[in-house]
Amino acid sequence: MNSQPIPDSDAHVRLDRVEMAYGNRPVLRGVSCAFPTGAISVVLGGSGSGKSTILKLIGGLLRAQAGRVLVGQRDITSLKESQLYQVRRRLGMMFQNGALLDSLSVLENLAFPLREHSHLSREEIQARVHERLFAVGLQDVDDLMPRELSGGMVKRVALARALMQDPEILLVDEPFSGLDPLSTKLIEALLVRINRTLGMTMIVVSHHIPSTMRMADHVVLLLPGCVVQGVPSTLRDSEDVRVRRFLTEDTDTSDQILAHTQDFEAGEHKPQRRGGA
Amino acid sequence: MARLIRRLGRRVGRMVEELGRLAEFTGHIVTVTMRPPLRIREFVDEVFKTGVLSILIIGISGMAVGMVLGLQGYTTLVRFGAENSLGAVVGLSLIREMGPVLTALLTTGRAGSAITAEIGAMKATEQLDGLRMMAVDPVDYVIRPKAWAMVVSMPLLSALFIVTGIAGGYVVGVDLMGIDSGTFLSSLENAVDFRDDVAGSIIKSVIFGTLVGLISTYRGYTAAPTSAGVSAATTSTVVIGSVSVLIFDYFITALWGV
Ligand SMILES: Nc1ncnc2c1ncn2[C@@H]1O[C@H](COP(=O)(O)OP(=O)(O)O)[C@@H](O)[C@H]1O
Ligand SMILES: [Mg+2]
Repeated sequence: MNSQPIPDSDAHVRLDRVEMAYGNRPVLRGVSCAFPTGAISVVLGGSGSGKSTILKLIGGLLRAQAGRVLVGQRDITSLKESQLYQVRRRLGMMFQNGALLDSLSVLENLAFPLREHSHLSREEIQARVHERLFAVGLQDVDDLMPRELSGGMVKRVALARALMQDPEILLVDEPFSGLDPLSTKLIEALLVRINRTLGMTMIVVSHHIPSTMRMADHVVLLLPGCVVQGVPSTLRDSEDVRVRRFLTEDTDTSDQILAHTQDFEAGEHKPQRRGGA
Repeated sequence: MARLIRRLGRRVGRMVEELGRLAEFTGHIVTVTMRPPLRIREFVDEVFKTGVLSILIIGISGMAVGMVLGLQGYTTLVRFGAENSLGAVVGLSLIREMGPVLTALLTTGRAGSAITAEIGAMKATEQLDGLRMMAVDPVDYVIRPKAWAMVVSMPLLSALFIVTGIAGGYVVGVDLMGIDSGTFLSSLENAVDFRDDVAGSIIKSVIFGTLVGLISTYRGYTAAPTSAGVSAATTSTVVIGSVSVLIFDYFITALWGV
């Protein structure tokens, strides 16, 4: 593998020769990669290359068949489910489709982790929720239900929810998929700002190459049969043609076309108020 | 022949495996139940959905079944000149069998299927994984209140079914067929034994509630995370739930004489 190794001490999360298969279909074959502390790492790869699978392995939602997954200095592959819950308290995850609890309002969704794990009062929780909503650029959405949100809003609420407990590691799955170019830019700026102000380790999974290459401090490239990692500039000038071809592929345009059609279908971008008032 | 036996063997093996997993799931629910918080709010919400929203269907069905029992009972009893025992016949069949069993079947179809579909949809939209990532056990937050609500609602709904059923039998026997009201009621009162009949009926419906609560939550929790998977799980809840209620009914009756 022609990638620069990251010293153990700098890696916040590390995959070590991880094998992962669904049934008897292998998805990750001996994947090793590292995610440096405090930096924005980006996992790039085609659809179905196993990007979401990597995030789920880090969150302990899936168990690798072989290899080690280190979060902090701890190998989580051998942990019991009850121990995993301890590890997850330090993680925040933004799911591709938000995974918001659809029976709860936006306010209740964001308050949920604090209600479960903190002793803060109702007022303190509400203040924290508004703080986080403001940080992702949302206001007056407290009483909306998840189904009343547009795609871009769902992403931002999901991001706010992942941030509620000040995670040390933020896992972000496809923050740009299904968004129009403006929302894409907004989310990109948001992620960078959050990383610079809160300083957590960020692992962003995406197939949107321009945005991710702009924000990345560290890139992990999932190519068929191998993994390449490094800083964006060296990867762009990589001697490996597959790497260069992957990074210069014109996915941006097709993504934009896709995003536009989806936006059309979704109709008006503004959320509709409940009760019609 | 050998192939048939081998196939049967494999099937039985899978069933035993599945029962093992169901037992593990049950243990998981018991474990989280003994841990704070109590989740009163979620529990009350679920009792509303499984219990309160089933009141109408249970009441109407109870009334209809009671009226049929009154009619059938009367035409049979009158042949032996025993129509004065109609109260006993209607009351005992409702309390001992019809109430708990039919309530369990109706509740499986109405609330059990809804529980499976809801949990399955939450799984398909990654809401359960979302809970896990917030360090909340979905068995604790989602499954536990639903399962317990079923255990608690079932005997209450069964009692409602029995009461409306007896009312239906009374309407047919007394108002339509002209049996004396006092005769009907005293026959009912003399025949029903609290310990044998009423307590047994309650135990039965608590067992059915547990059964349906477990099956419906388990099916939802293990559903394949797709539309087809959720749909199959929902069907399976209704089928397996109903059949196991009927099978358990036989064994409870045979073993405990309820
Ligand atoms: N629960 C699952 N069961 C079976 N196959 C799955 C499951 N989840 C993902 N896969 C398969 O594994 C591969 C990698 O999935 P995923 O990690 O979601 O890819 P990506 O996020 O890079 O698009 C895909 O081919 C997908 O079809
Ligand atoms: Mg994915």
